Amino acid sequence: MSPTENDTNAPNYGFETLAVHAGARPDPTTGARSTPIFQSNAFVFQDAEHAAELFNLQTFGFIYSRLTNPTVSVLEERVCALENGRAAVACATGHAAQFLLAATLLEAGDEFVASKNLYGGSITQFGLSFAKLGWTCHFADMTDADALRAVMNHKIKFIFCEALANPGGVVLDLEALAGVARDWGVPLVVDNTLATPYLCRPFDWGADIVVHSATKYIGGHGNTMGGVVAESGKFDWYQNDKFPCMTQPDPAYHGLTFAETFGDFGFSMRLRAVTLRDYGPTLSAQSAWNLLQGVETLPLRMERHCANAQVIAEFLDSHPKIAWVSYAGLTSSPYHALARKYLPKGAGAVFTFGVKGGFAAGETVVNAVEIFSHLANVGDTRSLIIHPASTTHRQLTPEQQDAAGAGPDVIRLSIGIESVADLIADLEQALART
Amino acid sequence: MNAAMPDVLHYSDGMLRNVLTTVRTIAMIGASGDWKRPSFFAMKYLQRRGYRVIPVNPTRAGDEILGERVYASLAEVPCQIDMVDVFRSSEAALGIAEEAVAAMAAKQIKVLWLQLGIRNDAAAKLAQGAGMQVIMDRCPKIEFARLSGELSWSGINTGIITSKVLKAPRA
Repeated sequence: MSPTENDTNAPNYGFETLAVHAGARPDPTTGARSTPIFQSNAFVFQDAEHAAELFNLQTFGFIYSRLTNPTVSVLEERVCALENGRAAVACATGHAAQFLLAATLLEAGDEFVASKNLYGGSITQFGLSFAKLGWTCHFADMTDADALRAVMNHKIKFIFCEALANPGGVVLDLEALAGVARDWGVPLVVDNTLATPYLCRPFDWGADIVVHSATKYIGGHGNTMGGVVAESGKFDWYQNDKFPCMTQPDPAYHGLTFAETFGDFGFSMRLRAVTLRDYGPTLSAQSAWNLLQGVETLPLRMERHCANAQVIAEFLDSHPKIAWVSYAGLTSSPYHALARKYLPKGAGAVFTFGVKGGFAAGETVVNAVEIFSHLANVGDTRSLIIHPASTTHRQLTPEQQDAAGAGPDVIRLSIGIESVADLIADLEQALART
Repeated sequence: MNAAMPDVLHYSDGMLRNVLTTVRTIAMIGASGDWKRPSFFAMKYLQRRGYRVIPVNPTRAGDEILGERVYASLAEVPCQIDMVDVFRSSEAALGIAEEAVAAMAAKQIKVLWLQLGIRNDAAAKLAQGAGMQVIMDRCPKIEFARLSGELSWSGINTGIITSKVLKAPRA
């Protein structure tokens, strides 16, 4: 009896099993066990009727790789299973994932609210580029659910935050934020890039949609771009009239109503069949395969990333040349209790610190490191270092930089999976030069 | 299943696969001829997977949907029915269960299936008491697609982990 045939209750597979297996079964034609790279733009129809059924979304199958691809769909199911969600759509980048999310839910004139503690690129995308499309983003201090409540209004269609914020150390109370979202009848969207589902599964705390830059820990090796949008399948689109995109006949699909026809995966179907189809930020099969290779070891890598980060944060915290360290794994962090609750297996591996001597001393450290790479990325096997104010968060105003935890003295580390003693020695020699 | 129904309904993959493998003829209550309706999607899909689907809809009796004559009631369907698939409201499900139980012996009905979003515990109890298998709040199209691996093609979490080649539950 294979696992699909047993008659017990739904199997509750462990995270490590899902990371290796979810979505990937032996290829039915060849028996290939590793997921093949389906490097094909298009897929033949059985006959004209089959083609019509596919284009009408009446059957499941492949048409054109802008919409679906057999390699990409394995990644989608994998990430979805790890997040304990219902369905997911992969796309070219994390920014594309955010765009697809907004373009699916928002009409021109609609609004949404995002946390002030966000990756700088997201703040720019939401605040400036989205504004050109008629979408207004309000930024709120989501470390305080009451501050979020204070900015809510009836035009707001979703609430967006990072569970563990980039660049550093801020953990949000997802249950409290989900309560605000429930009260207003809008989805809570969580960017789970830095926490990863290994550390935190936002759906388990009441979030409705999760987005990822799979470029980071999902792929994990700093070699491939990708994004994912996943839905819990539990949001009731019919509870109010805010989501005609889900509950009204869709002119982009001959009058089909997505929530009615596809039920608890209707949002993903619409995001794919309309938004991804029409805007086109598709993930390539090769990229999906690279990300799949990476995600198999996500739990192993996260364990080491977090263990190394904890040791290095403690080292820096007690170092005489360090002014402050913002890492939720430190007992002195104001977010330590929230980290214990939402990130019990580790407080992540991206955090910030300030060197005594401010900007100039920080610049010295960034220039002096030999193992840490000075570059604009996080979630790599390699340890990374950057000065956010002059790079990732450069486009922000000084006030926005401060609010996002990226002030002038801030250095961000993304701790890799190298030998932790070597990483400490590298930081030690660099600090000695300040 | 004599105890009170749980809040979240669970049907094992083995049970669903068994139903979808043994059933051949499905009476679809509330079938629609409008191609945009979910029932039309499901009927067309199930036909293509080898099931005979007989539409039952009093407002369309005598018409044809997807090559099959529409009947006004289960009693009027002139052949064996393995499964009754219900595309009606939860409130209407009890009446349909009564109708199915009444026709059960004559039509050899073995399964009452209430579609995704439809649940009526009294209807389920009645049909189960008469000896039918009952599935609620699921779609046979989606479950067939899930068990055959097709659902995975749209990035949907099937919950199926296996090192074997996945086979469709063939009717």
